[in-house]
Amino acid sequence: MNMQTAITMTAAETALVDAYTAMIGELPGEGAVLSARDALLADLKRQGLPTRRVEAWHYTDLRALLRAVPAHDPSAFAQRVEPLVAGSSVLSVLNGKADVKTAPAGINLRSYAESLVEGVAAADLIERDTDDAIGRINGSFVRDGFEIEVPEGTVLEQPLELQLVQSAGQSHSRFPVTFGANSRATVIERHLSVGDAASLVTVVSDLILDDSAEITWIILQQQGASDSHLAQVNFDLGANAKLRLFIINAGGKLVRQEIHGVTTGEGADFQLRGINLLGGDTHTDVTFTLGHDVPNTTSKEVIRNVLFDRAKGVFQGQIRVAPDAQKTDAKMACNTLLLSDDADFSAKPELEIFADDVQCGHGATVIDINPTHLYYLRARGIPENKARAMLVNAFVDEIVEELEDEGLIETLETIISAWLEKHA
Amino acid sequence: MLEIRNLHARIAEDGTEIIRGLNLTVKAGEVAAIMGPNGSGKSTLSYILSGREDYEVTEGDILYNGESILELDPSERAAKGIFLAFQYPVEIPGVATMQFLKVAMNEQRKFRGEAELTTPDFIRRVKEASARLHINPDMLKRPLNVGFSGGEKKRAEILQMALLEPKLCVLDETDSGLDIDALKIVADGVNALRSPDRAVIVITHYQRLLEYIVPDTVHVLYKGQVIKSGDKSLALDLEANGYADIIGAAA
Repeated sequence: MNMQTAITMTAAETALVDAYTAMIGELPGEGAVLSARDALLADLKRQGLPTRRVEAWHYTDLRALLRAVPAHDPSAFAQRVEPLVAGSSVLSVLNGKADVKTAPAGINLRSYAESLVEGVAAADLIERDTDDAIGRINGSFVRDGFEIEVPEGTVLEQPLELQLVQSAGQSHSRFPVTFGANSRATVIERHLSVGDAASLVTVVSDLILDDSAEITWIILQQQGASDSHLAQVNFDLGANAKLRLFIINAGGKLVRQEIHGVTTGEGADFQLRGINLLGGDTHTDVTFTLGHDVPNTTSKEVIRNVLFDRAKGVFQGQIRVAPDAQKTDAKMACNTLLLSDDADFSAKPELEIFADDVQCGHGATVIDINPTHLYYLRARGIPENKARAMLVNAFVDEIVEELEDEGLIETLETIISAWLEKHA
Repeated sequence: MLEIRNLHARIAEDGTEIIRGLNLTVKAGEVAAIMGPNGSGKSTLSYILSGREDYEVTEGDILYNGESILELDPSERAAKGIFLAFQYPVEIPGVATMQFLKVAMNEQRKFRGEAELTTPDFIRRVKEASARLHINPDMLKRPLNVGFSGGEKKRAEILQMALLEPKLCVLDETDSGLDIDALKIVADGVNALRSPDRAVIVITHYQRLLEYIVPDTVHVLYKGQVIKSGDKSLALDLEANGYADIIGAAA
């Protein structure tokens, strides 16, 4: 049995198993944490990386796509950068290591390495289900991150930026974050890469929103052109809690961003807005599942994709409505602008509705630039290529503009324009 | 300024001929009204002047300041001073109105080899022009034409015209959907642009607009041809007697 496993292991699988052996002595945590890591790695060894035969990974054959795993590089250097929005509190994770300065006023904080050393993190290191390859890899190797508590009633006036800067090797981080009742905050989870070395970055963020918390969580992924990025956001929304999740993918060679949520309190509202800017020979997958578990909860997801070159994109969106979750209102839309004949996007919406008094809908479109819009701009003296660029920008800026914060909108629009200018 | 010679044009997609041997001359400083029943080719003519690629010119020529414009694309025609105020201005979500105005003005300036406008200069021009057209500044904060009422859209078209300072203005049924107050504001905006070096073509169904924008010449378009030309009294005649007599006489 062991021999057979050894024979079929891919280079990446072998590298992960070897990395575990090499690193386990220095990864934080013992006892229960260590047992949890061992159990996850044993599953990884036994199951291997998921292939297209695993339904949740059907459009992203991780085993085939993850060609190599760069070894952990303790000598790699990375430093914190200016925050996206001036005035933000920055919590950096540099090449996988939390750079703890002082906790921003109003929140409770510790590095995730401390949680691992103390052993309390052992409970986090579990798989969501048998197909949870991201949880498995991240849980086996997690080194650091931040455990954050925003106390009840706290209003953070300035954004909190979780800044992950990667220069080489691999890093695995976690962010368990609890937002107390009635708290308000904007959190920016920002992934950056410096240099050209290939990296593997995994990250798991577990968000708990207590009753009536209202949170905006923005993920800006700008990894390098040869990086693999495996990320997961899990959330649980209490009564009347509101989570707005914005995801912008504008980098990476192989990207899988999972979002898994449940509404557990009545009146909860979840809003997902996603922008995938895809070019080159890249593969980007956004996979979303949401359980409307109680009555009277709402959700809306809008994903906008722009594809150039030979890019491949995937959106899987699954909405489940529990039998007693009456009056659920859920809407999902995935719109794709395909700007190259060689690019490819797969959209897979799934509704599993077990209640009878609900409103659920989904739609997926693939479009080209609207010729009437293009003509109108040209008729005002704007040359065709410039007019085209304006309309591609408009397609995604429409989503960004829902953010309301003018400074943030402008910053994100600048990043998007720069990306589009480079790839158009 | 504009000379259309024996123009024949068809819809590119299905080959339907719409313009069938149209001749028209409009001089600098002139306001020409083009009237005609539905389906006579009025809007098609305006699109062809602007360079819309849904139409193909099969015969004849369009000379603008003595040069053929048939080979120019819409942005080049616009930069050379041809402006079409649309009957149905399109809503473009995600394109901010102010950004659009600035890009359009500067791209035209670039084409003509002029320096780009500074931001303060641009804002001053927009403020002045929009005040003259009674345009609420909040309207300019919205995406282009999105959520504008019919009247707001028409005023936004005239605002663009005022800012871009074209030499040949083509107004395609700018009066449709306007109440009398909005009509006066729009007409004032157009009249303010009248000048000896600028020509205006007003396409309309009704005499009403021509009470406010008084034309020098009136042309009746029918089945893709100008079948009668005259002075402003022709418009009054049409209002009183309809098109039937003129069409009958031409047939």
